[in-house]
Amino acid sequence: MRAAIGCPMGVEKETAGNEPLAETRNGMDPPSPANPSPGAHRDSALKIAIVDENPVRAAILQDGLREAGFVQIECIGETRNLLARIYTIDPDVILIDLENPSRDVLEQMFQMSRAVKRPVAMFVDHSDSASIQAAVDAGVSAYIVDGLKKERITSILDLCISRFNAFSKLQDELDRAKDALKERKVIDRAKGVLMKAKRLTEDEAYALMRKTAMNENKKIVEIAQSVLTAAELLK
Amino acid sequence: MSKTRLRIGYIPLVDAVTLVVAVDLGFADAEGLDVELVREVSWSNVRDKLNIGLFDAAHLLSPVAIASSLGIGHVRVPLLAPFNLGLNGNAITVSPRLFASLSNRADGDIADPAVSARALACEVAERKAGRGEPLTFGMTFPFSNHNYQLRFWMAAGGIDPDDDVRLVVLPPPYMVESLANGHVDGFCVGAPWNSVAVESGVGRILHFGCEIVARASEKVLAVRERWAADNPESLRALIRALAHASSHVEDPANLAAVSAVVARRLDVSADIVSSTLSGNLKIAPDGSARSSNRYILIGRNGAARPDPVQAAWLYAQMARWGQTPISEELSATARAVFRPELYDAVLGITPGRGHGEPTDGIGAFLGSAFDPSDIAGHLAAWSIKRAARPRLSVVR
Repeated sequence: MRAAIGCPMGVEKETAGNEPLAETRNGMDPPSPANPSPGAHRDSALKIAIVDENPVRAAILQDGLREAGFVQIECIGETRNLLARIYTIDPDVILIDLENPSRDVLEQMFQMSRAVKRPVAMFVDHSDSASIQAAVDAGVSAYIVDGLKKERITSILDLCISRFNAFSKLQDELDRAKDALKERKVIDRAKGVLMKAKRLTEDEAYALMRKTAMNENKKIVEIAQSVLTAAELLK
Repeated sequence: MSKTRLRIGYIPLVDAVTLVVAVDLGFADAEGLDVELVREVSWSNVRDKLNIGLFDAAHLLSPVAIASSLGIGHVRVPLLAPFNLGLNGNAITVSPRLFASLSNRADGDIADPAVSARALACEVAERKAGRGEPLTFGMTFPFSNHNYQLRFWMAAGGIDPDDDVRLVVLPPPYMVESLANGHVDGFCVGAPWNSVAVESGVGRILHFGCEIVARASEKVLAVRERWAADNPESLRALIRALAHASSHVEDPANLAAVSAVVARRLDVSADIVSSTLSGNLKIAPDGSARSSNRYILIGRNGAARPDPVQAAWLYAQMARWGQTPISEELSATARAVFRPELYDAVLGITPGRGHGEPTDGIGAFLGSAFDPSDIAGHLAAWSIKRAARPRLSVVR
């Protein structure tokens, strides 16, 4: 309940206590006690927060991370009071979708301001300059707690990119399916118009539109739309 | 001849007007450019997409162009600002409750930022003594005039903006709601959001940004240094298109048409856009208004010409608040982001700042005249400031 009790933006008292820790982390090494040296068995202990207003995509990502052995995953769908939520969860890695205006809120965590409890860094892998491009293309960005070794999150980011890309592919397919359904309806209605006006059977009506489409080098749905428009005009 | 295609990122704010008019009213087309304006939801996105080349140019917070060139807060990518998209345009809005409290404590005219800052300091001290929650103010980005203007104003009253209050980043579309539900007590943001808060009865405009700093570079057109070197012709065409568009914006005869075009892109009423552009704003839910002929400057008074003094001022604010160390080298790098010579080379003119503009090119309401060659001296004059601490901001 701590986050809910009227302390929307910062956890000031804790902030002061954490500053010295923050300072030592800035030096990169040695690893702080909270983050022992990297090792596969330790990575299941990494706390990951997913900030995404799209619950389906967040679930897809969460599933992927679980399969990869990460168990501590929190999804934040509601981004009002984002900082307070993040302080409560206290994650090591934050993943956020780029359609989210609250991404700028996270940028504040780069700063050494007293409003910030744990300094956070943008994850950019310079050994592979394509990584940031791939992430932006996929629509995701990653932030990590300062001092965390890059190797520990490369696999998370890669997974993130592939899941985000898989999601947009699904989305595209869904959109195409919806378009196809819409086209079917237009064609069906145009068939009805032709059947009535020219006393054709359903097959004949369809064949007529198909022939016209071929002659005019157009799609059947375009011809069907013209039929509907014409029928509307002639009403 | 085929057009040159450009992708330009922007945030839906009134000070994107020059870009919107250049594209939607055909000025870009007339220069042989086919511009796709891409609406973005965060400054981080605009910066990243510009930096990695998904955008050719962008509507960018002026301090972000400098921060990116200095490599603070993010990967270092040298950017150039060959055109200034706007000066000023921000305002500080507070909740009616805080406004009433400040008015009661005011030892003079509350419209004077020195008076309101002292009143705010009294409020802050009383909350501290009573162990009350500190006041919380929203701003849009760590590297923004919104952040720096709030800090400058508060510090003038003796408030330490890091210790005595909370400053939090809020996406502009969430500002009004956060003020309404009490998550923040006030904010500093650009148009149209202050007016939206006043119109919905949850906020009162306390100060225009230009009352804190009379002449502040708010947004620039930013391009990568590399892109500018590789695409000199496109850059020249873009500067020309923007110059024509900004003159068009400043002609009062075009106000209604310009406001309509911008309102369509921003999904707000044309009235809010036109009152912003004419600097005549309703400041309180009761209908009282305030006007300033410098609330926002788009093309007049030399506003469109990038001024290195502005860059030096912004660098000084970054240094004052501990975002960057102070050095002559960094200061020179910051100044070199603003490129008046590119602007002059294309337009063949060097417009002055015009009458009534501050002699130091900045016009802060407090402190001695700003000298861009002496940032250390400028900072020495302030007692409230932060020492820069080296920060690891990017994992390499």
